[in-house]
Amino acid sequence: MKIRNAILSAGCTVALTALFATSPAQAAEPLKVGLLEDVSGDLAVLGKPKLNGSQLAVEEINRAGGIMGRQIELIHLDPQGDNARYQEFSRRLLSKDKVDVLIGGITSASREALRPIVDKTQTPYFYTNQYEGGVCDANMISMGAVPEQQFSTLIPYMVEKFGKKVYVVAADYNFGQISAEWNRTILKDVGGTVVGEEFIPLGVSQFAQTIQNIQKAKPDWLLMLNVGAAQDSFFEQASAAKLNLPMGSSVKVMLGFEHKRFAPPALNRMHATANWFEEISTPAATEFKKRWHAKFPNEPYINDMGYNAYSALYMYKSLAEKAKSTKLADLRKVIATGDACIEAAEGKVCIDPKSQHASHQMRLISVDDKHAVKIEKDYGSIQPYWLGKIGCDLTKSNDRKQYTPSDLPKKS
Amino acid sequence: MIAEIFSFFYQFADVFAFLILSAAGLAIVFGMMGVINMAHGEFIMCGAYVTVGLVHAGFPLPLAQLCGTLLAALAGVAVEWCLVRKLYKRPLDSLLATWGLSLVVTQGMLLLFGSSTAGIGTPEGSFILGAYSFSVYRIVLFLAALGVLGGIYLIFMSSRFGVHARATMQNAAIAQATGVRVNRVYALSFGIGAGLAGLCGALYAPTMTLIPTMGAAFLVESFVTVVVGGANVLLGTAPAGILLAVIRTALNGWGGQIVGQIGMLLAVIVVIRVLPEGMSGWFARRSR
Repeated sequence: MKIRNAILSAGCTVALTALFATSPAQAAEPLKVGLLEDVSGDLAVLGKPKLNGSQLAVEEINRAGGIMGRQIELIHLDPQGDNARYQEFSRRLLSKDKVDVLIGGITSASREALRPIVDKTQTPYFYTNQYEGGVCDANMISMGAVPEQQFSTLIPYMVEKFGKKVYVVAADYNFGQISAEWNRTILKDVGGTVVGEEFIPLGVSQFAQTIQNIQKAKPDWLLMLNVGAAQDSFFEQASAAKLNLPMGSSVKVMLGFEHKRFAPPALNRMHATANWFEEISTPAATEFKKRWHAKFPNEPYINDMGYNAYSALYMYKSLAEKAKSTKLADLRKVIATGDACIEAAEGKVCIDPKSQHASHQMRLISVDDKHAVKIEKDYGSIQPYWLGKIGCDLTKSNDRKQYTPSDLPKKS
Repeated sequence: MIAEIFSFFYQFADVFAFLILSAAGLAIVFGMMGVINMAHGEFIMCGAYVTVGLVHAGFPLPLAQLCGTLLAALAGVAVEWCLVRKLYKRPLDSLLATWGLSLVVTQGMLLLFGSSTAGIGTPEGSFILGAYSFSVYRIVLFLAALGVLGGIYLIFMSSRFGVHARATMQNAAIAQATGVRVNRVYALSFGIGAGLAGLCGALYAPTMTLIPTMGAAFLVESFVTVVVGGANVLLGTAPAGILLAVIRTALNGWGGQIVGQIGMLLAVIVVIRVLPEGMSGWFARRSR
């Protein structure tokens, strides 16, 4: 079925290209969207839905007349999870294909590999993942949720509901380290303590020792910041050892749909805050899910990355149409007005002028022992306020830096 | 106190089982034929996928695991027959060919079965000791690792095939001259190696995430064990497993998984420097 889809979509692309070539009415040049998503390698499980979301959005926008009358031409390359390929392919898209906008990147490492290259150009770059936050860069528009949206909702909730003692299990790279730092900062404000913190090398799949360290430390709940398929094995192994502690996370359920991949009750008592998960059932979300499943009937779950990739194109469309231009400077003028909003499937989403990060409708969800997802709390719209608070203001200066709670901008 | 001691033993058993089960198949193929099988992880994945597929189809877990092992073994015989056989005299080319095979298989699985497969859950059963609770299935894995070592010993030390295999291992040309069908020995050994890889995948399938590249999670441990153990499976793999498991368990407990991993790799460097032929080479020299 997958192969058939691929052939079908290839066929459609050929047909569309042929249409452009032959139709004299198609006066305007197509608008080129460069997309870098991993659809092979270890991150394929995350990259595939992002590619699907982008394809769905492009198809819908083109059918409805394109952006300012111009059809979108999606140029997708597969960097295979390799940061060197991210750099090579982004150079190719920017200088050879001369794309109007660049979208993509999964890990923070791949984003940081891309950013210096995009910064040398006047091309806007959309990063569509949730991430550890802190990038203050005028070329970049971030569509995913960031820690102030995910952690400052989740951690106080977990402390209040389950207790003050937290054990952190995190992947040992920039996402895990910086997220753990966020946890320490927020925990201090609500009076919690970290009773253990363990950083796991990527690719580790055996957790018997970690499970016993946790039992020894006797935490009230776990903060799970593990990443990748190998590290996800923790849930199965912890469940087999009857660990059965409440868990919180910023990346589980909505992103890796672990509650669909693992047999219950491995994800029992998991809590997460997210701007999107497939179980949202507002009319707009139901409508979106119907369109997605019609195009990708074999997709097991619509995750937040796929959804964010989809809304990124609509955000771009809205920005370009308001600016009546595709130039970065003109798009940023629209963002600076504070009126860069779209009605997305989650609800209203706006780009914050100071940080160029998206505001999101945040909901806190929990998973039960049958792996059913329940919305525990609806926080409404939450702004990406942190960068603005610490002094990043892209309407005034372009820092091109990533800040963390322990690495703040220097006061001038 | 008893809980602490048992906990250390449990951790040791867990690491030991992982090292032995992931390395046994690789060690046989390397020791018998000098082929460094880069597609080892894919045989592991094959065992895991068959097991999970059959459990979803309603088979009981042990039967599914048996089928996964057998299918991986058959796949191994097929691969030996059409790919590896041509390359026995060209070890570097066989490394490249099996690596290519591994890329083709992982990407093929990604296209055919998608990027992830639903898991089946670890069999129930756990027990409590002191402040800790333990999963029974991890003990089963340890026993399986011991069983694999015992099985290898029996096959190679007390069966006719074992005599032929050891003769081939010492000197293939003379073995052939005395009437041993060397090609069949090779095919069977490769099949046994692949089957053991499949068994590893089948046993770990309930406890892990199922993705086409899951074999990679076993690769470091399997290669490290084989390098430390040396070319002789019988003399090398088991002591290498014990040595590395003790080092890793102690360091894991003391400084976490990163320290454990670093310590294990440092130990490997030291062993290669001091005993270039691995532990089996050292044992063999001492007994001479």
